[in-house]
Amino acid sequence: MRSPRWALRLVVAAAAFAGLFGLELVLEAFVIEYVQRIVLLAGINVILAVALNLINGTTGQFSIGHAGFMAVGAYGAAFFGTQLRPIVEGALGAGALGQAVTFNLALVIGALLAAGAGLVVGVPSLRLRGDYLAVVTLGFGEIIRILFNNAEFLGAATGYFGDDPAGLPAYTTFFWVYAWALATVVAVANLTFSQTGRSLIAIREDEIAAEAMATPTTRLKVLAFTLSAGAAGIGGGLFAHMQAGIRPEDFRFEKSIDMLVMIILGGLGSISGAVIGGIFVAVTLELMRGFQEYRLVLYALLLVSIMLLRPQGLLGSRELTAFLRRKPVQRLH
Amino acid sequence: MTELIQQIINGLSLGSIYALIALGYTMVYGILRLINFAHGEVFMVGAYVGFYTAHAFGVEGYEAAGAAFPLVLAGVVLVASMTACAVLGSTIEFLAYRPVRSAPRLTPLITAIGVSLFLQNVGLLVFGPEPRRYPAILREVRFEIGGVILTNIKLAIFAIALVLMIGLHLFVQRTWTGRAMRAVSINLDAARLMGIDTNRTIRSTFAIGSALAAAAGILFGLDQIMITPVMGVLTGLKAFVAAVLGGIGNIPGAVLGGFLIGLAEQLTAGYVSPDYRDAITFVILIAILLLKPEGLLGVVRQEKV
Amino acid sequence: MICSRRVLLAAALVAAGSGLVSCKRNNASAEGGAAARSDNGEIVIGHYASMTGGTAHFGQDTDKALRLAIDQANREGGVKGRKLRVVTLDTRGDSAEAANAVSRLIDVEKATAIVGEVASSLSLAGGRVAQRRKIPMVSPSSTNPKVTEIGDHVFRVCFLDLFQGKVMATFARQNLKLERVAILRDVKNDYSIGLADAFKSAFASQGGSVVAEQSYSQGDTDFSAQVTAIKGTDAQAIFVPGYYSEVGAIARTARRLGLEVPLLGGDGWDAPDLVKIGGEALEGSYFSNHFAPDAATPKAQKFVADFRARYGQNPTGLGALGYDAGGVLVDAMKRAPSLEPSAIRDALAKTKEFAGVTGTITIDPQRNAQKSAVVLKIEKGSPRYEATIQP
Repeated sequence: MRSPRWALRLVVAAAAFAGLFGLELVLEAFVIEYVQRIVLLAGINVILAVALNLINGTTGQFSIGHAGFMAVGAYGAAFFGTQLRPIVEGALGAGALGQAVTFNLALVIGALLAAGAGLVVGVPSLRLRGDYLAVVTLGFGEIIRILFNNAEFLGAATGYFGDDPAGLPAYTTFFWVYAWALATVVAVANLTFSQTGRSLIAIREDEIAAEAMATPTTRLKVLAFTLSAGAAGIGGGLFAHMQAGIRPEDFRFEKSIDMLVMIILGGLGSISGAVIGGIFVAVTLELMRGFQEYRLVLYALLLVSIMLLRPQGLLGSRELTAFLRRKPVQRLH
Repeated sequence: MTELIQQIINGLSLGSIYALIALGYTMVYGILRLINFAHGEVFMVGAYVGFYTAHAFGVEGYEAAGAAFPLVLAGVVLVASMTACAVLGSTIEFLAYRPVRSAPRLTPLITAIGVSLFLQNVGLLVFGPEPRRYPAILREVRFEIGGVILTNIKLAIFAIALVLMIGLHLFVQRTWTGRAMRAVSINLDAARLMGIDTNRTIRSTFAIGSALAAAAGILFGLDQIMITPVMGVLTGLKAFVAAVLGGIGNIPGAVLGGFLIGLAEQLTAGYVSPDYRDAITFVILIAILLLKPEGLLGVVRQEKV
Repeated sequence: MICSRRVLLAAALVAAGSGLVSCKRNNASAEGGAAARSDNGEIVIGHYASMTGGTAHFGQDTDKALRLAIDQANREGGVKGRKLRVVTLDTRGDSAEAANAVSRLIDVEKATAIVGEVASSLSLAGGRVAQRRKIPMVSPSSTNPKVTEIGDHVFRVCFLDLFQGKVMATFARQNLKLERVAILRDVKNDYSIGLADAFKSAFASQGGSVVAEQSYSQGDTDFSAQVTAIKGTDAQAIFVPGYYSEVGAIARTARRLGLEVPLLGGDGWDAPDLVKIGGEALEGSYFSNHFAPDAATPKAQKFVADFRARYGQNPTGLGALGYDAGGVLVDAMKRAPSLEPSAIRDALAKTKEFAGVTGTITIDPQRNAQKSAVVLKIEKGSPRYEATIQP
């Protein structure tokens, strides 16, 4: 018998999206474009942080080359968006419907390509442990960037601007960024608090013991890695369409470091921590504009001091909701 | 054919520099199982210390007059830089790595990344982001053998690197500290139980590795002409790959790996395309980790649960 | 799983619906906000430039010269009775920063017009923002054709890559009578690629042949592989249309490996550090530029003297272009009927025969500047005027 729970959830989802839309109206009416941009970047950061947290935090497999997957998603979305636009707009018209369909289709393609890249990188690499995995992912991240740097049909080092000299169409709006952010957070949360998620955490805690308990560790690690890469790809696609174009330079190692700071700050393994971290990085990026030379020094000091003083970051691996309940919650560790 | 030989010579001199840096990585990993991401930045600091010391000794005056910078002063510059970096390396170890030595593996890794980032950006602030031309601490003398060009700088790089590597080998094999380093790399707790001062040993390891990196920095500046505060990132990474290629924790392996990476990079740049010179290093890394993770000269380590 | 398939489908539909309306609203983007600028205070000119980073010289020189121009304009009474003020934001050589900087200049600093950038890729990023917000932008030195193609609010006061590449090809062929040249381009740099392509086709069409093509990436330090490869050909010169930071090292590497042929280049060479880095290795090499300090018009010489008096160093060609960008902008503002950005834009488009320090500037219908180029030769450690090439 179908319980009415799904109806309730449908209403909640609809309300959420309507709420986002309302927020967008407010934002565009009262806030200057410069701050709007920060808000958009914060949303994209949330997606990136939650994505990285899935593999680094929840599964405990250290990847420091995620900027590469973001790049794959960005280029994929930009390129296929440009190719698809005439087709979609021919069928549905160049109005809002056509644009929305093109954009989301492009994002999904970008995400799938990024997930594919994650699969290609993950399958050989996830046999390695700890530091080695970290360096290999760094290496792959650089290889991906170098490939884009030499890809003539994607603009190589100059960057990809689509067909229009004015650049890529500015599809990215507050609504889409936060709709996708919401979707990503919900999806990752669902995964984390499910049986599969529990297995992932088991892998993080003690991989050999998990293996001994018949957990298919390699398969799950690859799964988490692939999903994480795909989500990063969505972030990349959204990022691409708020700029004129994208260059391989935009996805350097520094970007991976930014993503790392986001999840370390919030707490490895905590989704709400990742959200907080993502917002923090976007905001400090702008607040420190006056002292931009010092921003990276600050990040570096932050990383080191957090590791030395409070390695679990802000929330550890707990969620924000843990602080809101009155009776002790069953923590996973 | 001369072109090939020229490329090989260029590759070997670059490789010597990688080897010197790789030694530092391999030693630290051998005893602490830690990838010292900040090592590339120590290399960079060494180059800059050499730069400023040479200028303090008036190298510009010699250059303008067309005279050679006195060898004695060049030696002083080298020693000064190596000493400064030895101190820097030990300080980093003391401040950033020692407190987290017993933490889960991920923590010191992130700390190392943080220290590396810190040094890079402080370097950008202090030294300025523009590339600097390295002073002629060794005045260049060119000679040609059968169409292949050799310079005294390239020979000096080989010679100095060789001397330092042999010196290190003797140090590790023949001295008490070297023996202690080997012991700690096998089992830290057992070494401590045997009365070895592990803290001091680890500090010495960092100091020696950093000193070698400093020498590499000066040689790099002489060879490559330009230095920037971010020169340590890519070079350090390549040196790390060299260490892994040779077998991390293995000193002769680091040397072999360094030369191989240098050659691979130069030959790729010359015969495939300069655009892929950096990529080849990463491809080698991935290949070696997939095919023979213990490295060419390394030994498979069993892990007890 | 918390959500069943039905919920997801339904949620997707709702999302799509909201998204449509959202996109529609986004089309009618924020064009307003420009009206607030015309108050009676200072006129703000926003400048976005690379003040730090590997090409810091480019941005700093442009900024110094721009400020010199604006201060002189202020001393002569300003524009329409109001004083001008330059606000500079650092792009650090990053295109995302460039877009952010322009956004901030428009929204926070309330700039009426924008000057910038030197690097074409950064101008492309910033120009798009300026175009969308309908604020006129003048690039002092971006030479990539795509920059002014962004839209009708983007202008430049320099010549294009296409022209500059042809300049050196013509010089190599006609003046130096060269037949075989190698090209060493920076693949990370659209400016370098544009120049290399233009040179290649122009040189070939004038009867010369390109015997080798090699490449490097901005930031590389080791060029021995490429130089060794070129040495194996019979090239009489190497065209290196890159930035000064690498060119000096390339020259040294070439001499070190026994390659004595002259190097040819473009305005990316133009910085005092060029000879500091390259030293004797650059003797006898040539590069095209906007401006020659030693063979200039009286107006240009006055500019050089003023610049030297104020900053204690000679201006580079980029500095001269920054000065001219400021000059053209002020001139347009004076001619414009009001200080609305759209009025300034129209006045800019009508700029004719403006006497700048880099030559006489006329803005053509594509919003590019029509002017001649000079070729400089490096002799005894400094660049000297050698020839002028007309368009």
